[in-house]
Amino acid sequence: MDILGSFALLLAFLAAVYAVLAGISGILTRRTLLSKSARNAGMAVFVLVTIAVACLEYFFFTNDFSIVYVVEHSNRALPGFYKFAALWAGQEGSLLFWSWLLSIYAFLVLFLNRKRHPELMPYVGVVLAGVQTFFLTLNNFVATPFRVLAGPDGAGVMHLAKMSEGHGLTPLLQYPEMVIHPPMLYLGYTGFSVPFAFALAALLGRYPGEKWIHITRRWTMVAWCFQSIGILLGMHWAYAMLGWGGYWAWDPVENASLLPWITGTAFLHSVMMQEKRGMMKIWNVWLVFTTFMLCILGTMLTRSGVVSSVHAFAQSSIGSWFVGFLIITFLVCFAAYWKNRDYLRSDNQLDSLVSRESSFLFNNLILLAACFAVLWGTLFPVLSEWVQGSKISVGAPFFNKVNVPIALFLLLLTGVGPLLAWRKTSFDALKRNFAWPFGGGLLAGIIGFAFGFRDIYSLLCLILGVFVTLTIASEFVRGARVISARDGTNIFTATGELTMRNTRRYGGYVVHFGMVLIFIGIAGTPFNKDLQKEMGVGESLRIGRYTILCQTFDHIETNNYTSNRATLEVFKNGKSDMILFPERRTFRTSQVTETMVAIQSSPLRDLYVVYAGESPDSGKPVIHAYLLPLIKWIWFGGIVVVLGTGLALLPNRRAALVLRPASERSWADAIAEATPAVGAVARRVEGHD
Amino acid sequence: MNARHKFLIGSGIIVATLLALAYVGFTQSKTYYHTITELSTLQGASLHQRMRVSGNVRAGSIARVNGRVDFVLTEQGRDLPVSYVGRDPLPDTFKDGAQALVEGNIAPDNHFVAEQVQAKCASKYEAAPVGTPASPQPGQTSTGAAPRPSGN
Repeated sequence: MDILGSFALLLAFLAAVYAVLAGISGILTRRTLLSKSARNAGMAVFVLVTIAVACLEYFFFTNDFSIVYVVEHSNRALPGFYKFAALWAGQEGSLLFWSWLLSIYAFLVLFLNRKRHPELMPYVGVVLAGVQTFFLTLNNFVATPFRVLAGPDGAGVMHLAKMSEGHGLTPLLQYPEMVIHPPMLYLGYTGFSVPFAFALAALLGRYPGEKWIHITRRWTMVAWCFQSIGILLGMHWAYAMLGWGGYWAWDPVENASLLPWITGTAFLHSVMMQEKRGMMKIWNVWLVFTTFMLCILGTMLTRSGVVSSVHAFAQSSIGSWFVGFLIITFLVCFAAYWKNRDYLRSDNQLDSLVSRESSFLFNNLILLAACFAVLWGTLFPVLSEWVQGSKISVGAPFFNKVNVPIALFLLLLTGVGPLLAWRKTSFDALKRNFAWPFGGGLLAGIIGFAFGFRDIYSLLCLILGVFVTLTIASEFVRGARVISARDGTNIFTATGELTMRNTRRYGGYVVHFGMVLIFIGIAGTPFNKDLQKEMGVGESLRIGRYTILCQTFDHIETNNYTSNRATLEVFKNGKSDMILFPERRTFRTSQVTETMVAIQSSPLRDLYVVYAGESPDSGKPVIHAYLLPLIKWIWFGGIVVVLGTGLALLPNRRAALVLRPASERSWADAIAEATPAVGAVARRVEGHD
Repeated sequence: MNARHKFLIGSGIIVATLLALAYVGFTQSKTYYHTITELSTLQGASLHQRMRVSGNVRAGSIARVNGRVDFVLTEQGRDLPVSYVGRDPLPDTFKDGAQALVEGNIAPDNHFVAEQVQAKCASKYEAAPVGTPASPQPGQTSTGAAPRPSGN
């Protein structure tokens, strides 16, 4: 089986190389058959890599401890669920997983568009196959997952060897979310290869107009959605597993996943400028290129040890391969841009500072500033060592100082932007659109202040959050009223109809609302409380209005781990409320210890209790209790963001329009007139897909 | 003055503000990495910087003295006495011979006063970090005030 797997990987590599070479010659010689053959090779890569992945999984499930990778990441007692996930638990397997996901995307893109865009697709196939070739090079020649165990005998001849038991999967990864989180994040990382391929292809092939944007917009949203889910699951995993009461530590690896998300967000917004006004073409192309390169950089940071963080004491040589690939990618992008820069000339100029255009420009400016700040802070140890010779790292205060104001400004734009008209907005329209939401926000601020929202950033976040929510609500209501007046339906049916007729716009508003919820959740941070105490049986601690009474301590033994557990009774306002069981587990094979946090979650606050260990002096258990306000809003907001993205991905409903006589005004005209902010340009292009 | 100029001026103000904030945040949180050998060559202001030092815990050097933990880090034959004054329990991976990373300052008597200690078992040494984006490395636990996002 290991031979089958290795052989499949090698064939996949050859197929990818062939797809690149045949694709290029097909384009140069204009021979359709050659391009077709290249496309088939690109799709074959998917089949071959799938075989390799299946082989590796087969080894995990049959406990074949002659394979080094299986020995390092599995053991017999490991539940099947985690044996599956062990595929991406280490360097070699996770790179294979990357390759596999990319091959799935490539297959889908090539297959779904096999009869469409004959001018563009050969280029797309070449770019995707090029990226695939790089990863298959790593899979085959740098980090092969099918290495077998072998040892020399007395005469120095190597013999195959087999272990009776593996080292087991790192306990921190033995958590249900850890089975979903990496695939989601990888689907995000790999997914951004598709818009990259289309952008580069359109530029190289000088594909007319903004067509490539229409084709890739959905792919970008899919990748963005996966990336968001991945980041949020990672945050939730860190919160539930690591036991420090937080979810984001500005660690290089976390930052690495945030960087392409930020530029991807910027692209999803600025792309509208190109679709509707023919502006920012150069910017958009470079945003897509940058997003892709940040994905590669992120993949590199997670596994090369380039940035010595909490994550990596060790160094690895694989980084140089990534650096090489990044340099090649940049050179290809730059050459393509330089050669075809006249193709990217802008159709329009900025007309007014108070316009939709300028809100998009500011949105992009500060998203890029955030991206740059995070990148700079992450890479600073490396940069300072080059420049000064001493490694300097920056911590959370740096990231928060820069990114908190940026986030608040973004929140403001989220409310303002969608209500500004394209080209120019009059002062009257501003007053009409913003008076109510802004008043509502201020009122919420006053109420919040009275109830103890005293931190300036949190208060601003509350005011802006309410403001944005009200502007979103007013958009829905205004549109729904028009439909309800015309069709005679009630306002709720009309809201549904409105949303389904322009899913992208109203799905986008739902995403904005989800972001507001996440922001409110984060704004609870300054009000966190925590308390640590050595507690014997019968002792108690008080935090906020909770009293935690220690009832018993016990010891649990299972096949996989042993555990110390506390049984804590929690009293709220003096009344018995619940029992919590924080644990501390030691895993048998690895002897690694981890905490199982007990969390009592409610919309207003989480009570988060950690069994922190035993005191070296008294031998008593140490209990660390946290009171964390509003955390739940983050997870809930995340779900709303994902649902909103799903909504935006749905096709628009517009069957009713076809039957109406031409003299009658379309719904889009009616809405556009009722919402002066949307204006004339938007009317023309709404629902064009 | 046309819209383009106004936009550029607005952008300039935003970027300048962010740069100022970045500078303040940077000076507050910068931490130097040093090897134990380098520490003896430091002079003047650089002695008072916040820094991170890594090394191995010398076997038998861990001593618990009322409320703090003393131990010795060694690297390439050089020793550094460390006092851990943080209030969180030390990680379980912190044992004789473990690889440790301490963060804190140098006291006037050349003791290193650590507020955070991270440790990794010498036996469970992985050649490369595993592929789990957005997650700290397994086999390694940390104590001390882990950086916590503040504000929003």
